[in-house]
Amino acid sequence: MSPISVVIRKEITDNFRDRRTLLSALLMGPLFGPILFAFVINLSLQQQLGNEGEALDLPVIGREHAPALVDYLTSQNINVTDAPENREAAVEGVRSGRHDVVVIISASFGEDLSRSVAATVEVVTDQSNTTAERESRRALRALAAYNQELAAIRLSARGVSPQVLRPLNIDLVDVSTPSGRSAMLLGMLSYFFLFALLTGGMNLAIDATAGERERGSLEPLLCLPVERDQLIFGKILAACFFMALSCLLSLTSFAIVLKFLPLEQLGMTPNFGPDVVLFAVLLLLPFTLLGASLMTLVASFTRSYKEAQTWVGAVLLAPTLPILIVSILQVRPSTELMLIPSLSQHLLLVGMIKNEPVDMLHVVVSVIGTLVAGVFAAWLCARLYRREGLLG
Amino acid sequence: MIVVEGLHKSFGAIKAADGVSFRAEDGRITGLLGPNGAGKSTTLRILYTVLKPDDGTAMIDSVDVVADSLAARRLIGTLPHGSGLYPHLTARENIVYYARLYGMDREIIDEHVQRIIDQLDIGAFADRRSKGFSQGQRTRVSLARALVHGPRNVILDEPSNGLDVMATRSLRELIRLLKSQGKCVLFSSHVMQEVAALCDEIIIIAAGRVVLHDTPDGIRNATDCDDLEEAFVRAIQHVSAAE
Repeated sequence: MSPISVVIRKEITDNFRDRRTLLSALLMGPLFGPILFAFVINLSLQQQLGNEGEALDLPVIGREHAPALVDYLTSQNINVTDAPENREAAVEGVRSGRHDVVVIISASFGEDLSRSVAATVEVVTDQSNTTAERESRRALRALAAYNQELAAIRLSARGVSPQVLRPLNIDLVDVSTPSGRSAMLLGMLSYFFLFALLTGGMNLAIDATAGERERGSLEPLLCLPVERDQLIFGKILAACFFMALSCLLSLTSFAIVLKFLPLEQLGMTPNFGPDVVLFAVLLLLPFTLLGASLMTLVASFTRSYKEAQTWVGAVLLAPTLPILIVSILQVRPSTELMLIPSLSQHLLLVGMIKNEPVDMLHVVVSVIGTLVAGVFAAWLCARLYRREGLLG
Repeated sequence: MIVVEGLHKSFGAIKAADGVSFRAEDGRITGLLGPNGAGKSTTLRILYTVLKPDDGTAMIDSVDVVADSLAARRLIGTLPHGSGLYPHLTARENIVYYARLYGMDREIIDEHVQRIIDQLDIGAFADRRSKGFSQGQRTRVSLARALVHGPRNVILDEPSNGLDVMATRSLRELIRLLKSQGKCVLFSSHVMQEVAALCDEIIIIAAGRVVLHDTPDGIRNATDCDDLEEAFVRAIQHVSAAE
């Protein structure tokens, strides 16, 4: 058996017995992502669908000035309820969160209407509060519709067709596929996979240098008649194994969780069958080498396990950077972008999930680009492992 | 046999080894004695090839540690200072791991591992995870994995550190056992009594240089002291005065 495979086997046995590794590789990554995701989806479901069908309780000040408007609101499934006494009380009530939205009808409402002067209706709300925003939008929509209706009636009364007020007929034709709409939310899935992948190998990567040095097991290991390159490559490959395992578990648990989430209600039908899981594994596998080597590299600069954990934690965040920049800039996938690790995996995965055709050239460039970066990082690790200062 | 000639090694401005030369014969126990920071560990680290000397040569059974470090490492069993085990592996698994890395044949590994376990009296805790081991147990297992391939030369850096009386005693017995097997044993210590009780040859190192190299009796004569400790102190003071 070659020394590399001896090291890999030992590290795998060792780490399967280490609660820290098990926790991060087999529990944290694979469970944390789906749970967080299910939580977010449920929250946005509540937000979007909410109580659209339910009646909205709307406090109105001065309802006695506009009985017709109140009737109209009631017909729009809005219950006009008792309101604070005056404007100040209403503003205070909204500010404190007691009311989401309060409508104030001016005392001169009826008079203004009959004189064809614009009658004032105030809508008091807090736009920074998301629930209030939804309610106020509903109230505003109802008021706007009433406004239109009155305008139409006035024009008709003067013998003018209400159509003159609508020179344009604007129709929005939405061609996005249901999968495409899901991409926004599902875009963050790819980061969960990368995160699960990296956490899976984190402990091993730290152990290879800082951990062994702290335990005092590094020096005797270096006295063995084995090239240091073989030791470090064995350790990196073992970390890759745990990363792949963690990533696979995370993908599988997501595939299961997505089945149970009512995504159709949000207009999403993500493409996340077994074939996509398999494709994602193949796509993410090359990233394990880069992740493991990068973490080992960072850890080998540190003096203790604790210090290593801090710095390696930063590596966990590194893949977000390109993803973040690109989602802000709204860049379309291109062959050059496929050279950037983590970004290429993100773009390809999102494409898959959106049910878009996959460009095989992009896949090849992503795999090769990431592998080259990984090999380079592993080579750097080996160089660092060869220096005398390694023992600290 | 270990032969060291004119070893120099500096870390920045500090000269850790400043022309160390000595010879450690087979079938004898050679003690490297010196105060903390005298250059003992640096010398041993050069011998077991984790450091490269700036100048000078070191040979293990006439294999140069710099030119052919892999071959040299095969010829020695090493117990570096503060050696640690893998806490999630059992004592036996720790030893087997090293046996495999020494490149021993599969068929003979189990047999050799069992033999060294018996020899070092590890049997009682051989299949327990090493997490809760006492310092004495840890030293035994570290020594067992260093000796599993049956090396001719054994290098021990401060092996008795942190051991209680009983553990120290059994370590001495082990070192004598290695001597009786005809091995060349080189170990470092800053504890006079230990060196006096054990060594055939004593090398006193101070400020990176060999101050004295003789048998315990020879050292007593040379320094005109009956008490080895006194001899040690005088030898070192002599160097400090010369600085």
